[in-house]
Amino acid sequence: MGLQQFLIIGAILFFIGLFGAFTKRNTIVVLMCIELMFNAVNLTAVAMSRYVVPYNNNHGVLIPETILTGHIFSIFIITIAAAEIAIGLAIVIALVRNYKSVFISDAKELKH
Amino acid sequence: MTPQDIYLLSPEISLAGLALTIVILDVFIKNRLLVQSTIGIGLLVPVIFSILLWNGIGIETSLDSNTQTFGVFNTLVVDKFTLLFKFMFLGILSIVIMSSMSYVHRFERTKIEYFSLLIFSTVGMMLLSSTRELVTIYIALELTALPMAALIAISGNKLSSEAGIKFLILSAISSALLLYGMVWVYGLTGTTDVAEIFLSIEEMSRQNGSVSMIAFGNYGLLLGVIFIIAGFGFKISSVPFHMWVPDVYEGAPTPITAFLSVASKAAGFAVILRVFYGSFSSDVLSIEWSMLFAIMAVLSMVIGNFVAIAQKNIKRLLAYSTIAHAGYIMMGLTVVSGRMEGVALEGPSSVVFYLIGYAATNLAAFVAVIAVSNKTGSDLIEDFSGIAKRSPIIAICLAVALISLTGIPPTVGFMAKLNVFNSALNGGLWWLVLAGTISSVVSAYYYLRIIKVMYLSDPLENAPIKLDPLTGIALMVTVSAVVVFGLYPTPVIKAAHIAVEFLLI
Repeated sequence: MGLQQFLIIGAILFFIGLFGAFTKRNTIVVLMCIELMFNAVNLTAVAMSRYVVPYNNNHGVLIPETILTGHIFSIFIITIAAAEIAIGLAIVIALVRNYKSVFISDAKELKH
Repeated sequence: MTPQDIYLLSPEISLAGLALTIVILDVFIKNRLLVQSTIGIGLLVPVIFSILLWNGIGIETSLDSNTQTFGVFNTLVVDKFTLLFKFMFLGILSIVIMSSMSYVHRFERTKIEYFSLLIFSTVGMMLLSSTRELVTIYIALELTALPMAALIAISGNKLSSEAGIKFLILSAISSALLLYGMVWVYGLTGTTDVAEIFLSIEEMSRQNGSVSMIAFGNYGLLLGVIFIIAGFGFKISSVPFHMWVPDVYEGAPTPITAFLSVASKAAGFAVILRVFYGSFSSDVLSIEWSMLFAIMAVLSMVIGNFVAIAQKNIKRLLAYSTIAHAGYIMMGLTVVSGRMEGVALEGPSSVVFYLIGYAATNLAAFVAVIAVSNKTGSDLIEDFSGIAKRSPIIAICLAVALISLTGIPPTVGFMAKLNVFNSALNGGLWWLVLAGTISSVVSAYYYLRIIKVMYLSDPLENAPIKLDPLTGIALMVTVSAVVVFGLYPTPVIKAAHIAVEFLLI
């Protein structure tokens, strides 16, 4: 396994998530697609941190301070994505109370 | 964290402390006036700390004209650029809180949480203006956006919850795009520090022969930059990332709409200036991204102004006007290619001045709309007919704000537009200025139509509209800022010039 495979899988996951987030009608599924995008970013971050960064800095000399930045980045992303989903689900509950439906296409009070 | 770090972060820490304090106080004390005065006094603390930091009091390395102070493991920077934005956010927050006081009775149960979330969002914006590290930028951005999503949905009615879910989904998608771009930039440059990214790109472009060191050569980096532009494009509500703006602005509580339209936009531009002038200003990239911003600016100005003509709801109209103004502000970002001729700082300083002028103008407009809709209960433009007979003060204030949004002297909107157009002309982008001028003329039609409706139409009813004192103060402060900065803009322009000097160090 090299860097390319990780990056390709990351890109595929990211664009599946992006496509789903724009086309799905169910709000829960949209939130899941967004989670997929975040996980694609995590995969790319960790792969970059493992394969590219150490050899990019200072002509191949390892710098211990920067080598784990991508891993730490992905931990922050996981944490904040959880907070994002928590608020998302809270708003979905308010939406379901008002519209009696979880489908975002049923919420059409705001005119285009 | 050293004591110095805590002192550098003291405006944010004291503001977050205020947000927590009022929530705890609300549990024990039911006295409304006490909580209000706590907010009032608590807001002074971060202002005092910011003034101390601006004057460099108590900082080990002194803050004279050309030094910056870094803190918290070099992730945050305190200089006059960040402090100017902090003053701006605190001012916007005070105006929004003052104008909310007459509005919050619509959601009596979550009143204090409303103020608390508003303050937390401001903390995020203040952090955003002072970060210089990609991970911290992302965290500050989410600290800004997540309380905002809750605030938009806080009314709990149909419109509000629909606007909330739309904002949350689109803000999450934009964060994902931004993160994907950041990760690519991080992977190819090997660092998340804004200044070191610049050095790394310079290094790579110097040894262009050995591309084997960089995966995908220049294209990977450009991909990252384009994703970052897309991510920030949502935050500053520019075309083609503007779909959420009209719906969210219409559905959100009006003070939150005001806050979103000025503070969130200013924070977005602050971080764009920091990232793009800090990391991507080397010649291999700046030509590409400045052209992207130029195209987005033209699209925003044209689409925003032309679609606004057809709007019947004043909040939707101001939403499209905000898209158009994002276009005008972006004109200032496009002149980075003129850096060699020594006009580089003209662009960013005109952006900062425009943001200050736009904050005063748009807040004045929104406070007037809040004052009217508190009594009429409607945001439709036809319900503004004859407001001049029912409340001459609100009518004249809204008229001044709309004239400033159009860009007619002697208001600050004119000076701001003049500065931005001037910097774009100096950068040789005459077609951008032409598009801006034409769309400004178009915008006069819908702005002046509201003034016509207010002054020449007959009122629907004759009961006078009474201004409550806090909203009145907020209205007076913003309108006088619009007029004073319009007649005497020199100090603000100077402050903006001093601030942006720290961007290119």
